[in-house]
Amino acid sequence: MKVLVAVKRVVDYNVKVRVKADQTGVDLANVKMSMNPFCEIAVEEAVRLKEKGIASEIVVVTAGPAQAQEQLRTALALGADRAVLIDTGTAELSSLTTAKLLKAVVDQEQPQLVILGKQAIDSDNNQTGQMLAALTGFAQGTFASKVEQAGDGLNVTREIDGGLQTVALKLPAVVTTDLRLNEPRYASLPNIMKAKKKPLETLTPDALGVAVKASYEVVKVEAPAGRQAGIKVKSVAELVEKLKNEAKVI
Amino acid sequence: MAILVIADHDNANLFGATLNTVAAAQAIGGDIHVLVAGQNAQPVADAAAKVAGVSKVLLADNAAYAHQLPENVAPLVVELAAHYSHVLAAASTNGKNFLPRVAALLDVDQISEIIAVESADTFKRPIYAGNAIATVRSTAPVKVITVRATGFDPVAAEGGSAAIEAVSLVKDAGLSSFVGEELAKSDRPELGAAKVVVSGGRGLQNGDNFKILYALADKLGAAVGASRAAVDAGFVPNDMQVGQTGKIVAPQLYIAVGISGAIQHLAGMKDSKVIVAINKDEEAPIFQVADYGLVGDLFELVPELEKAI
Repeated sequence: MKVLVAVKRVVDYNVKVRVKADQTGVDLANVKMSMNPFCEIAVEEAVRLKEKGIASEIVVVTAGPAQAQEQLRTALALGADRAVLIDTGTAELSSLTTAKLLKAVVDQEQPQLVILGKQAIDSDNNQTGQMLAALTGFAQGTFASKVEQAGDGLNVTREIDGGLQTVALKLPAVVTTDLRLNEPRYASLPNIMKAKKKPLETLTPDALGVAVKASYEVVKVEAPAGRQAGIKVKSVAELVEKLKNEAKVI
Repeated sequence: MAILVIADHDNANLFGATLNTVAAAQAIGGDIHVLVAGQNAQPVADAAAKVAGVSKVLLADNAAYAHQLPENVAPLVVELAAHYSHVLAAASTNGKNFLPRVAALLDVDQISEIIAVESADTFKRPIYAGNAIATVRSTAPVKVITVRATGFDPVAAEGGSAAIEAVSLVKDAGLSSFVGEELAKSDRPELGAAKVVVSGGRGLQNGDNFKILYALADKLGAAVGASRAAVDAGFVPNDMQVGQTGKIVAPQLYIAVGISGAIQHLAGMKDSKVIVAINKDEEAPIFQVADYGLVGDLFELVPELEKAI
């Protein structure tokens, strides 16, 4: 089956972001950017499905600025066959807009399975996969920790509050990845070189017939209320005394 | 203006996060209706009818909703949404699963995991693992919102007497089916609802060593959590994970044991009222957010603490 993987370029997870003084957002100038960690897991899962002979072709897609080509090349080096960049320039994309852009690519590519990360670590929305499933009318298996072929469909084991749930999905389907689905590999140098020659197509929202808009506006972005470091206690006895008499929590 | 809150439940129990979600609905202001979509879920509807501030309970009881599969629940909510200004659900794994599907079918953006209500259309929500707080104004005709439970004090579970109305709409998309589930069985309180949480990190060295945390937790009536590092190392299952990518908790007392304090972990617990950190590395970043820090060997200190309480 053909597998489409959607990825997002985000601030690297090791970067501690700072809010801009004018409260319009966070400062992204000269900050290291990487593929969203959950998207790396999505790429890895697609590559493993191909290694098992289940996936026949892996197409990786992103919506973002021209620089997001870097993340597409990373995915190609990890094993994707070709890439699609939906060049949205500097526009901030809502999850719904991203889902509409991806839906247009799904219409073109006709994949049997779309794999996305469950959440991007910048906006922390956790929406795009579910929205894409809604717009395409596909079944959805969110927060997946295991994906298995079962008859004509897929069995997806999901991380839920309190444990695990397994659902059977008809194809085509959307799967979003949770942390324990797999451990992504690193790209080897020869594969990084080979990835430079793999096809990368660039599309625009206009060409896909999708308007970039949102039904919300960001009024301001602030730093969270800081938490002051407290004191170091010297012993368990002192800790228990403080918890009982000062904090009054036990 | 009326607000639809979708109940978080397992067909037998109304989960506590629904009470926090109703509290968010009260902060928005308006008539509050609760939808219970399930199968044989009358006990949940009865519980929802008693929740303070709820004026009507809608019970959609059908096999199609037995496991609240999003392919079936979302079209049900979409059809009901026409009568409401806001549709709210808890930011549980269930709410996060079906509500974006509802929003997309309504062609509106969802506002995820709000922690405060500024007005009927303006909300605060954390972004970048809680390292920034965005104030967002929704211009959508129907505001579709998930609510982070720790941002709102729960309303009383008793005191209301709402009418229960049956909803006969049956939406069965036939796209997915339930196969099974494995739920962790524990006598300890649930992580999200516990007043005290004891969490372990890589410093515990292996899963077996978590038994010293369980002993301490049982003494305190606490839930047990873990850092992502401990989960990634395979010490404990992922549903114990506290952090940006796991559960968000804000108990009265949070005891972090052998946890260094990575940004992504802090995102899940820094709103706790009192934080205690036990770590052998006195430079560990966890001490920058802890009210009380204890430097030393956790394998000595934790059993000592258990005996001292």
